[in-house]
Amino acid sequence: MAGKKLLLENDHIEGIRSLRVYRQHGGYQSLEKALKQMTPEQIVEEVKTSGLRGRGGAGFPTGMKWSFLAKPEGVARYLVCNADESEPGTFKDRYLMQRIPHLLIEGMIASSFALGARTSYIYIRGEYFYVARILEQAIAEAYEAGLLGKNILNSGFDHDCYVQVGAGAYICGEETALLESLEGKRGNPRIKPPFPAVAGLYGCPTVVNNVETIAAVVPIIRDGGAAYASIGVGKSTGTKLISASGHLNKPGVYEIELGVPVEEFIYSDEYCGGIRNGKKLKAVVAGGSSVPILPADLILKTANGEPRLMSYESLADGGFATGTMLGSGGFIAMDEDTSIVKNLWNFSRFYHHESCGQCSPCREGTGWMEKILHKILDGNGTLADVDLLWDIQSKIEGKTICPLGDAAAWPVASAIRHFRKEFEEYVKNGKNIRDVKHYYRLNNLVEV
Amino acid sequence: MSDQKVYRFSDETMATAERIMRRYPEGKQKSALIPILHLAQAEFEGWLSPGAMDYVASILNIKPIEVYEVASFYSMFNLKQVGKCVIEVCRTSSCWLLGAEDVVRHIEKKLHIKAGETTKDGMFTLKTVECLGSCGTAPMLQCGGDFYENLTLEKVDALLDKMKEQGRRRVYTKDDMVEL
Ligand SMILES: Cc1cc2nc3c(=O)[nH]c(=O)nc-3n(C[C@H](O)[C@H](O)[C@H](O)COP(=O)(O)O)c2cc1C
Ligand code: SF4
Ligand code: FES
Repeated sequence: MAGKKLLLENDHIEGIRSLRVYRQHGGYQSLEKALKQMTPEQIVEEVKTSGLRGRGGAGFPTGMKWSFLAKPEGVARYLVCNADESEPGTFKDRYLMQRIPHLLIEGMIASSFALGARTSYIYIRGEYFYVARILEQAIAEAYEAGLLGKNILNSGFDHDCYVQVGAGAYICGEETALLESLEGKRGNPRIKPPFPAVAGLYGCPTVVNNVETIAAVVPIIRDGGAAYASIGVGKSTGTKLISASGHLNKPGVYEIELGVPVEEFIYSDEYCGGIRNGKKLKAVVAGGSSVPILPADLILKTANGEPRLMSYESLADGGFATGTMLGSGGFIAMDEDTSIVKNLWNFSRFYHHESCGQCSPCREGTGWMEKILHKILDGNGTLADVDLLWDIQSKIEGKTICPLGDAAAWPVASAIRHFRKEFEEYVKNGKNIRDVKHYYRLNNLVEV
Repeated sequence: MSDQKVYRFSDETMATAERIMRRYPEGKQKSALIPILHLAQAEFEGWLSPGAMDYVASILNIKPIEVYEVASFYSMFNLKQVGKCVIEVCRTSSCWLLGAEDVVRHIEKKLHIKAGETTKDGMFTLKTVECLGSCGTAPMLQCGGDFYENLTLEKVDALLDKMKEQGRRRVYTKDDMVEL
């Protein structure tokens, strides 16, 4: 049975990118309802009732975040949409923005009304320039139709929404680095507190939310928070966009009802259709490169033997010992031929490259981890190197300004925790493993 | 620090820059720095020379150092001369799992350069970059404002040949997709 869709229900309709077709399919009715029948406080209440949790990675309850927004008299407030989407394995925001740009714009205006923000910015990664143009086109249409600008739909509410492009830096997805970048500076995360809700953009109270979070506000206003909360399982309410990639038969963006069994998500034809070339599943990174990797048995079933579900709680079941996190929903599947050690080196190289360099544990530690992994891959590693890797990651976690440090540490810890044998194999036999398939070859030139 | 060349935006680009500067509250025009650096890179041969950066500083009425420190932080800004087509191959997770290393090696062989280098004729620069948010259609590369996805080595060959034949510079700020 196909699950309920709230965001991508209409994504295959011809012309849905345009305002005209979007409105024909119910577009901007939530905004109209918000402006004409609801107060800002009522909208915040509905979002709280919905149980919506931030879709950018941390899963923080959105309604609660909104209610923390400081409202000093005479000070501007801002809504900033995080469309930086740089977490490896994540591509759902791009899909949503390029298919149904007006869903995001409608969410931006309605959310800004709820927060009392006169101006909002959509900060989009620079590499998505063509998507930025699609958004700008949609914004221009919205101005033309009186959905943006002064006195929107005769409600007396004024709002301007702008697109801001970045220029290539993963760290700018971290909300305070994003704000620095939006102010025209290097993307160095700020020390918190103060949190953006108190001192964000230009020192003013600011809410930063992910693209998917803001889009989800549209069906929440339309159907009510309770209806949204009735979808999903437990505290994982509503639907979630999953970016599925790696060795899958049908990679792509799927909107799931939270709570779908992982096994069904990987193997059923409705979703990913199983592993390519009839291979076996070896491991999964379930929520973007930052979350712990799990071997096939633990991603399909929890340590207690229960089926693992695609939900915040079920994926985290077992803590870091046997569980992982939903994160951004970047679901990367790896088949039996994948080298976990080389994959880890690839991730560690990424974090080293992307560290902003403010904190020594992150700046130095990520570099050391990359180097040690390189040494192990080259067949020159020792068992002491594996322990050293463990030691370094444990000294980064929790000791840095922003969570990039943790994000660099967790993949290392989990790979060693679950695949230590493979590291030892490289230490013993690395010179011989070196030239064997570490990765897929194009055009089916798989070496055996 | 400036070279001899005189940097000046065309009237059209200047109008775009001014439109961007109006997006921010009074006194916060520095917010326009990254968008305007993109305009400068597109207009001044695909890279940001010290002279080009000084020019951007003068438009925004900020110190040149404020421009240098930002330009050097972000990977999309080239601080050295580049070829007309900068080929940026994603080397991260899903692309790597599906053969990104083969794509890079293939291009290196075909163009007789290593990643990070530019061909002698000034046509191509090869770069490796991190996840571009196109992992479901891996492996992929970006050139200018366009994504080329689900790559095979044949597709890469056809792409490079077409680009060479067309001989145009490709920049982030424009769609200029090569039809294969
Ligand atoms: C290194 C790093 C990168 C991040 N990248 C993104 C990103 O690309 N998109 C995003 O929405 N959130 C990202 N986040 C999370 C944001 O800091 C922030 O929590 C989020 O935008 C809040 O929105 P939400 O509550 O709607 O999820 C990142 C965090 C870190 C530490
Ligand atoms: S943890 Fe890393 S990325 Fe984050 S502020 Fe520190 S050095 Fe920068
Ligand atoms: S891993 Fe290459 S686009 Fe994401």
